[in-house]
Amino acid sequence: MAGPGGGGCPAGGHDLQWCFSQVKGAVDEDVAEADIISTVEFSYSGDLLATGDKGGRVVIFQREQENKSRPHARGEYNVYSTFQSHEPEFDYLKSLEIEEKINKIRWLPQQNAAHFLLSTNDKTIKLWKISERDKRAEGYNLKDEDGRLRDPFRITALRVPILKPMDLMVEASPRRIFANAHTYHINSISVNSDHETYLSADDLRINLWHLEITDRSFNIVDIKPVNMEELTEVITAAEFHPLQCNVFVYSSSKGTIRLCDMRSSALCDRHSKFFEEPEDPSSRSFFSEIISSISDVKFSHSGRYMMTRDYLSVKVWDLNMESRPVETHQVHEYLRSKLCSLYENDCIFDKFECCWSGSDSAIMTGSYNNFFRMFDRNTRRDVTLEASRENSKPRACLKPRKVCAGGKRRKDEMSVDSLDFNKKILHTAWHPAENVIAVAATNNLYIFQDKVN
Amino acid sequence: MMLSKGLKRKREEEQEKETLAVDTWWLDPSLPAVAQAPPPATSSSLFDLSVLKLHHSLRQSEPDLRHLVLVVNTLRRVQASMAPEPTLPPVPSPSAAPCVADSLLASSDAALSASMASLLEDLSHIEGLSQAPQPLVDEGPPGRPTGGSPPSLGALDLLGPATGCLLDDELEGLFEDIDTSMYDSELWAPASEALKPGPEDGPGKEEALELDEAELDYLLDVLVGTQALERPPGPGR
Repeated sequence: MAGPGGGGCPAGGHDLQWCFSQVKGAVDEDVAEADIISTVEFSYSGDLLATGDKGGRVVIFQREQENKSRPHARGEYNVYSTFQSHEPEFDYLKSLEIEEKINKIRWLPQQNAAHFLLSTNDKTIKLWKISERDKRAEGYNLKDEDGRLRDPFRITALRVPILKPMDLMVEASPRRIFANAHTYHINSISVNSDHETYLSADDLRINLWHLEITDRSFNIVDIKPVNMEELTEVITAAEFHPLQCNVFVYSSSKGTIRLCDMRSSALCDRHSKFFEEPEDPSSRSFFSEIISSISDVKFSHSGRYMMTRDYLSVKVWDLNMESRPVETHQVHEYLRSKLCSLYENDCIFDKFECCWSGSDSAIMTGSYNNFFRMFDRNTRRDVTLEASRENSKPRACLKPRKVCAGGKRRKDEMSVDSLDFNKKILHTAWHPAENVIAVAATNNLYIFQDKVN
Repeated sequence: MMLSKGLKRKREEEQEKETLAVDTWWLDPSLPAVAQAPPPATSSSLFDLSVLKLHHSLRQSEPDLRHLVLVVNTLRRVQASMAPEPTLPPVPSPSAAPCVADSLLASSDAALSASMASLLEDLSHIEGLSQAPQPLVDEGPPGRPTGGSPPSLGALDLLGPATGCLLDDELEGLFEDIDTSMYDSELWAPASEALKPGPEDGPGKEEALELDEAELDYLLDVLVGTQALERPPGPGR
């Protein structure tokens, strides 16, 4: 794991040049709702890349090993396993349909040959084991090669079965199902650094689980008011600290972040730290609260910072300073004057995620029109790139895009009014060690690499 | 896309300001003057829009709580900023919506549609503002949160205001000890409950009705009878 500022990535030293690597998914104009990607996550090593979609499926891609005969294929991600994680369910008690959409996937650190991940929909979390099988046994005594049982009276001799190689088969099996612990919709799961526990958060509560125990979970945060009339705030995201197993944070719809220490009390309703930036009175509007609602919170790999994403910006916070963020990066400030229209068409409620580069020197988040933004924290430079089929020639470098906020539009700029608000990049992921990024654009997954790579 | 083009200001080529085409319908909220005192007409549009969103949200079988809370909070903000019009009847309309917004959150599950109906009824009594949209007309009768398809309204027609057939005195005595709170909050209001008086109820209430209005009426009866809204009675209620 790269350390703070520097590490293995040369990101801090020069401007990154991003190039197209691959795109996965159908080319059709007509997008099936079930194929819309709802989460993207690299494994701890970066060799595996998982996506979840609205149809409840998980697709895992594996990075190809370096192969001298196919030098171009080095580093390419190809399908490794596909499985149906969640099915649509019906809650008979409340007469509600439970969506099968995968809200989040989180990998567990690898401990043996098999890979484990947690996937969750609105109500149920599942632990999946993905394992390889490349041998099979032949020469059983009690059954013949077809699998049919042999007549015991016909068996006259004993033989030892032998292992023979077979075509690689990747199997996914559900090992644990963590159900019935959430009344409201699960928005986050986060594996603890102890690798034994994890948290799951819904709109009003956060539960702590042990990976081995499915019939019990501990409630560690509960913000449900006694009187629902008094509800003014919900939990929007939660994450464990990457190094301190007793610390986690959760964000709210009012733009606040609370850091909690599980050692201080069993129920962490009282925070240890409270992060909130005071509102700028000059930009106050009816939509101030909605745009301050935090849609994602992520600790830096170093554990010293955390990043929050609200509607218009990404903020980096020093955990030692609660009064205001240490950095604020504008994602698409040109939308500020369009907030009413965006409220009308509900785009203002879109939940964008954000991610850190492996060395924490850069951060990335999505926007509209299939644009995504990257901010280099060292050089203070930012760039807007686009995930589109037009820019999809192999190893073609991505050209920076620009949105014209007003006045005379230059030739290669886009005007705000021509942005496609149906093409949103909500989910992005950065390889933990290299400059490889995965960007989900509706039903397509784009993989880009740094030119140096 | 709903982004509308408005008047464009001429500017220098080199300048790149953030504010762009000024939307004539909704003034730029980043200007302090506008943010502090929005014209009542635009606040009203935002109010109506928020109510519509709330209605949409509540009609989901399981509303997105974040969306709901954010819309309700926005509604409260808009309502708080709306200056009372002199032409309004002395109905405390600025406080009605937040109160109803509160009750909207309080009444979960079965009573959601009843609360929503009350909110819509409130809006139709607020004069001086644009007419509240009638989403029921566009989208059909409100579905109860307990079902996928809208409930059959045939039953409502049978239960006219005068027919309290299910809750005759005789029968009531028999079932006195049974908890009927689940039934009280649903659509079949007993005739003995105090009906909402008021001249505004006249049009369309006693006459041949569209199903929508009949249902609203009964929902309101239930609401007035069973829910305590913090709203003093006044003309029209």
